[in-house]
Amino acid sequence: MPNMKIARLFVGVATALVFPLAPAAQQAEQAAAKAKPHMESHIGNLTGHSEAGAQLYYRYCWGCHGARGNGDGENAPYVTPQPRNFVAAIFKCRSTPTGTLPLDSDLYDSLNRGFNFTNMPSWITLTAQERADLVAFIKTFSSRWVTEKSGAPIQVPPEPKLTLESIKHGSELFQKLVCWKCHGQEGRGDGPSASTLTDSNEQPIRPYDFTSTDRSKCGKTNRELYRVFMTGMDGTPMPSFADVVKPEDAWDLVHYLRTLQYNNPSPELAMWEGTAEGKSIVAAKKVQNTYTGSGLKP
Amino acid sequence: MEQLFSNEVWKGSARWGTALLFSVVLLALFVVDCRPASAIPAFARKYGMPCSSCHEAWPKLSPFGQQFKDNGYQLGNDRDAPIFQQAAYWPVTFRITPQWHRESVNKAQVDGSNGIGVNEAQVTTHGFDWSGLDFHTGGTLAKNISFYALPSSDNTGAFHFESVWARLDNVGGSSWVNIKMGKFELDNLLSEKRILTLTNVSGVYANYHFQPMYQPGVSGNPNFVFGIGDNQVGLEWMGHSKDDRTRISASLLSSNDGSPGLPTNRGYDGFFAASRAFELGSLGLQRVGGFAYIGEAPTYFQFTNGGPASPVAGTGIGNKGFQRYGLIGMWYIRKFDITTIYFHGSDSAWLASNTPAVPGATLPIGAHAPAWNGALFESHYNLNPQLIFINRYELVRMSQQAFTGDGTAPANPSNLGNTDVVTFGVRYYPFISSRAGFAYHGEYALMRQRGASPVTFSDLTTSSLLVGFDFDF
Repeated sequence: MPNMKIARLFVGVATALVFPLAPAAQQAEQAAAKAKPHMESHIGNLTGHSEAGAQLYYRYCWGCHGARGNGDGENAPYVTPQPRNFVAAIFKCRSTPTGTLPLDSDLYDSLNRGFNFTNMPSWITLTAQERADLVAFIKTFSSRWVTEKSGAPIQVPPEPKLTLESIKHGSELFQKLVCWKCHGQEGRGDGPSASTLTDSNEQPIRPYDFTSTDRSKCGKTNRELYRVFMTGMDGTPMPSFADVVKPEDAWDLVHYLRTLQYNNPSPELAMWEGTAEGKSIVAAKKVQNTYTGSGLKP
Repeated sequence: MEQLFSNEVWKGSARWGTALLFSVVLLALFVVDCRPASAIPAFARKYGMPCSSCHEAWPKLSPFGQQFKDNGYQLGNDRDAPIFQQAAYWPVTFRITPQWHRESVNKAQVDGSNGIGVNEAQVTTHGFDWSGLDFHTGGTLAKNISFYALPSSDNTGAFHFESVWARLDNVGGSSWVNIKMGKFELDNLLSEKRILTLTNVSGVYANYHFQPMYQPGVSGNPNFVFGIGDNQVGLEWMGHSKDDRTRISASLLSSNDGSPGLPTNRGYDGFFAASRAFELGSLGLQRVGGFAYIGEAPTYFQFTNGGPASPVAGTGIGNKGFQRYGLIGMWYIRKFDITTIYFHGSDSAWLASNTPAVPGATLPIGAHAPAWNGALFESHYNLNPQLIFINRYELVRMSQQAFTGDGTAPANPSNLGNTDVVTFGVRYYPFISSRAGFAYHGEYALMRQRGASPVTFSDLTTSSLLVGFDFDF
């Protein structure tokens, strides 16, 4: 049985090599997990547990968000915009009023969606339970989750019927609310203030370019766009307009903003292009016969 | 399984033990003094993510890594195109493995006594060595156009192209339409190119490369060399759901096992794969699927230039078929997972018996289309992203021998070619970063092939032991 001897020897060598290393390998993970309070997340029927989320965090997330969750991972210097600081517990995409903590489902949705034009990908390949566990673990980084409750979600009224008047009124609001100062008159994110904007970490931040894609950071549906007006994007210069814009006006603004996304077909754009004025404006904006490797439309 | 371990004679054990001890001491020294390197594997460098994001333990992909690959090496954040990288970014990674290894075969062909005739003897060798070198270059040329080129060498430095392809991703905005052309790995869910074991015995999957003998010591058509684990050259359509739970692919391939220059015939093969993943509570993501390879190979050449030994490349005709089928399950119980595969394969009797299918020809008496079944059980315990234990057992069982006797030569033993391979391994990654990869690798593998010894046609047992530093940059 000489091969059995070899096999035994191999197992012995492997054991001798690996077992002293195993504790070291788990050290960061265990230390971090032990030092934190138990947290749960509740998303629908799912209950996430922070202990399970810790293992996932130290596999997938720490490189950018850091072992302490404060956004100082080893890749953070090379990532723009900076990774989210979970210690501050300030989140852009929420269904809750500005200044409040998001719902667990908001964080869960962010994991599902990822953030366009950032290094944060969609994590829908993880199981639903894993994503819920990650949400629970993210909450362990800030004491806000212990001392505060999530805000009450804002109510999104049913979307009114799309009309040309709604689009035109939205255009007026775009001027009146000086959205153009940051987003630019054509919605390209190149308004006069754009270059001066910073986020809560004093890092430069670009306003959203409506012409680039059909997907904004917090979603792509009209309902999600409406919600952004009302909740604002905490940590960025994008304020909440909940106190200054009526719901029907916010829907008009949504309809108008869709017409700025002239590279992405929508009912709003189709209606706008159906008018002589809209057709000429959209035609003037479009840059024809230019192909870029970025995939973004000029 | 008892006989699997029964035919070895352990020679030179004292020297072997000394060498192993020396390597272990060396390993231990490096374990104590390891520090993160500042290397930059191409994808991790591009996206700034640790290798553990895409790999359960590199090179084995995680579901997230599989989706990243299926999406054309793109995260889908509108930052995938090279235009978003610094101009100096160069998507190159290399991988190589300095190692100590021991190889042993119980019955190698050697000279007979006094140099007369042939005999069999156990041959064992060991020493420090290194693997071949892989240069991986891959990524995106533009949004939704990806590429891969992989010049790969053996350990003498002789290079060949392991992969060369470009792919149109998400055609028409649909993740169900991805078109790849070139030389690429088949859409095998258990990827041989991302295999976690490195020894000569277990660096490939036995089932992926099994080809039956015609008779003891006699192989089939020399132009029919095929392995489902080999990269093939052709055109692939692949589609997947956004979350990658459902995957499906179909490939049209040249019938030459991925060889360059159209060396054999003008035939085409087809490969089809489909799988579906589902969640089982907190256990993890489970996946089941199946695959089929339906191919053909020439039995003779239409033209020769200098006799039958010098066929004119690409003029092979008299094609005959072969098939490989499989069902796969990838089962996760939190940190433990096991992959199970059932294989079935069969070859044309013309190919197996190396009989030219010229018009009017008949098969030799006793020639049959060989068929076999196989199974694979590969389990991992992934304690954390830094440490993984590996175990694998593969078996191949002939269900129909290629030769059943012709009145002169006896029928093949029913177990001729039956194969068993068992492997144990461990990989430890002292650091996880987005810049480089490094693993201490230890592995032992043992293979038994029935009737495969070169002279007496008795059982052939081969073993490999390897400890090494596996790294990429």
